[in-house]
Amino acid sequence: MNRLVFILPLTAFVALLAYFSIGLQRDPSAIPSVLIDKPAPQFDLPAIEGRATGLSTEDLKGDVSLVNFFGSWCVSCRIEHPLLMQLSQAGEIPIYGIDWKDPPGAGTAWLERHGDPYTKVGDDADGRVAIDFGITGAPETFIIDRNARIRYKYAGPITPQIWEENLAPVIQQLRNEE
Amino acid sequence: MIPELGQFVLILALMMACLQALLPMVGAARGDAAVAGAARPLAIAQFILIALAFVALSWAHAQSDFSVANVVANSHSAKPFVYKLTGVWGNHEGSMLLWVLILAGFGGVLASGASEDKLLQARTLGIQGAVAAAFLAFVIFTSNPFARIFPAPADGMDLNPLLQDPGLIIHPPFLYLGYVGFSIVFAFAVAGLISGKVDQAWARAVRPWALAAWVFLTIGITLGSWWAYYELGWGGFWAWDPVENASFMPWLAGTAFIHSVRVLEKRGALKVWTILLAISAFSLSLIGTFLVRSGILTSVHAFAVDPERGVFILAILSLVIGGSLLLFALRAPLLTSKAGFAPVSREGAILANNILMSVSCITVFVGTFYPLFYEIVSGGKLSVGAPYFNATFLPLMGILFFIIAPAAMLAWKRDTIRPALMRLWPAALVAVFLLTLALFLTWPKHVAAAFGAGLAGWTMVGVIIDLARRTSVRASGLSGAFKKLVDLPRPYLGMSAAHFGIAIVAIGVLGAGVWRTEEILFMKPGETISVGGYDIVLNQITEREGPNFLSETARFDVNKDGEILRMLDAERRYYPVRGMQTTEAGIWTSLRGDLYLTIGAPNEDAGHAVRAWYNPFAVWLWIGGGLIAFGGVIAALPRPAPSSRRQERPELAKAHG
Repeated sequence: MNRLVFILPLTAFVALLAYFSIGLQRDPSAIPSVLIDKPAPQFDLPAIEGRATGLSTEDLKGDVSLVNFFGSWCVSCRIEHPLLMQLSQAGEIPIYGIDWKDPPGAGTAWLERHGDPYTKVGDDADGRVAIDFGITGAPETFIIDRNARIRYKYAGPITPQIWEENLAPVIQQLRNEE
Repeated sequence: MIPELGQFVLILALMMACLQALLPMVGAARGDAAVAGAARPLAIAQFILIALAFVALSWAHAQSDFSVANVVANSHSAKPFVYKLTGVWGNHEGSMLLWVLILAGFGGVLASGASEDKLLQARTLGIQGAVAAAFLAFVIFTSNPFARIFPAPADGMDLNPLLQDPGLIIHPPFLYLGYVGFSIVFAFAVAGLISGKVDQAWARAVRPWALAAWVFLTIGITLGSWWAYYELGWGGFWAWDPVENASFMPWLAGTAFIHSVRVLEKRGALKVWTILLAISAFSLSLIGTFLVRSGILTSVHAFAVDPERGVFILAILSLVIGGSLLLFALRAPLLTSKAGFAPVSREGAILANNILMSVSCITVFVGTFYPLFYEIVSGGKLSVGAPYFNATFLPLMGILFFIIAPAAMLAWKRDTIRPALMRLWPAALVAVFLLTLALFLTWPKHVAAAFGAGLAGWTMVGVIIDLARRTSVRASGLSGAFKKLVDLPRPYLGMSAAHFGIAIVAIGVLGAGVWRTEEILFMKPGETISVGGYDIVLNQITEREGPNFLSETARFDVNKDGEILRMLDAERRYYPVRGMQTTEAGIWTSLRGDLYLTIGAPNEDAGHAVRAWYNPFAVWLWIGGGLIAFGGVIAALPRPAPSSRRQERPELAKAHG
């Protein structure tokens, strides 16, 4: 048999090894989100029932802030709620809430019962804005920079550990940006 | 103190492994049997030392010793005791320790047994020692399970709740037994390349090891898919997830190996090919380990994503796989065989099986790694999902199923295809019947699946026909046939069981993968969801607190034709320490099919999201998987005592001579 045939497996493996070494260079945790570093979608949401002001893209400009999608129907939102309350009471960062797919009044009642950590709340009853943000479930939290660009996204309830390890450093860095 | 002892014995084990890698090679090269023989006590000592280290880590977990970083990261004082123990290998460091423990265990078993060829045994142990040394160094230098943490925290971070499950107690150990078992096969192959002696005796020596590894891997994969089915709550059993593929590829290569090594044993042919398969099976096992641990591909299973470890593993891969393939390129051309090879014969059929197995393995490999290649070449991301695998892998399996039954009927050396096919007419009849039935029941969807059902029937009946012929059931009646059945060669019996098993698995795949039905509904107590002919009424929802989780349980009444058949509970758990949710599906299993219920998040107005599946024949998957493994066990058993047979056993022959 031709000797070359016997070298074939080795050659294939060397090629594979090269790919693996390149593959190691990349950051595996970088889950692509097309929205990162893009301006936040344009929206102008009405207020939830019983409130005076709604929430629009204009509100996001000027300061580093969080945009948090929640719903009165969402159990996981109750889990992260105490942390949001803590952050808002400490004046850590402005938090904007978007009440996602809630029936009229449900969001207001929920905030009255559990406390209101939000600087402003918009009512996204039909979920249109959530689609623009690419929401897959509640809660999801975005970090927005001074120019109303999305810089970070976290899907799922924020625990104190996740806050310390993932979100707080990003916010610090954005504040240090000019 | 105990963790330090564990660390210390681990370092001693590394030294033993280095000696074990060195001495037999020197001894064998010089023809010094005493030096080469040193491998045996060294292998046993290495195993005992690693076992001690493993006990030390288990002790730290059992005691919830939060001064050990590994315990902090993966345990919690409120965790049930049994999960404290399984938590030992539910994390990267501990699972690597289990990996080397099993590696040393295989070496120890090989070392403590007798062997026909002392030099082959010594060389094999040497290669095994080299592999063990590489992985022990990996554990000690990059994944130290005994690292202390200061100051010690008051409590731990808990084990990933998905892993807090009885399935996890046994699933990874079996998978590792399979992965690592192929290391012995690999070591035999490399030893054979070094000595240039790959003959029938080599095949006889390696075959039980290959079967053992393959049986463990079969059980590991079956358990893994069963665990995914009932714990992940998505109603499926196989997702073509990279980590699943990582265990499936060595299985495919291993399956090809246990077929081709039989040809080598019986006919002395396919030497080069068999060696290449042995190297491939273990290489794919290593790449499987690498996949999970390097962060090259991420998935739900990847619990250690750390590029530094990836670099180390990459170095091990280059040495082990690259080294063995280099040796293959240099030495394999010298392996020659005088055996003739007729295309229509058992060995010809096995070669066809080998080609199909290898091609399907490559198919899975390409599908698994294509996203990585694509990303490196173009910078974009994409995912290769089930449609790719269904379009490429399943047709290959279709061809394979077509040839299993006739292939098993062919004789060694030379045969004709016609008599085999003629004998199979009842199988053809059953196949056509099942095909028609499936088409009739599912028309106009799932036409390909109906052909699959036909092929599964063809294979099952084909196996039975061949068994009936070899036991001459017509002439001697059932009881006589049974006596003959027990007396048939073990490899043949094992093969028949495994072939029957794979056909049963095929039915399960078709049922739970293709013919299943699904409904989703928001439900309040008193409301009904209907699936698979059952009407399921949501009875009530209760909340409770578990030891380390909060849960919501929905109780359902399963009705058929207005009659309550049974109650079924579906549960949703929240683990606060990790902030994770898991589902505990309510499953009612029967041979006909599974009723599978899960509940999701509640919506204040509409109630809870309830998903209901009816998965026909789901349980056949695990029954078939078990039967395949059982077949492997039978095939590996030593021959029965020679009293009823005419052949002499080689040991006896030697003793007389």
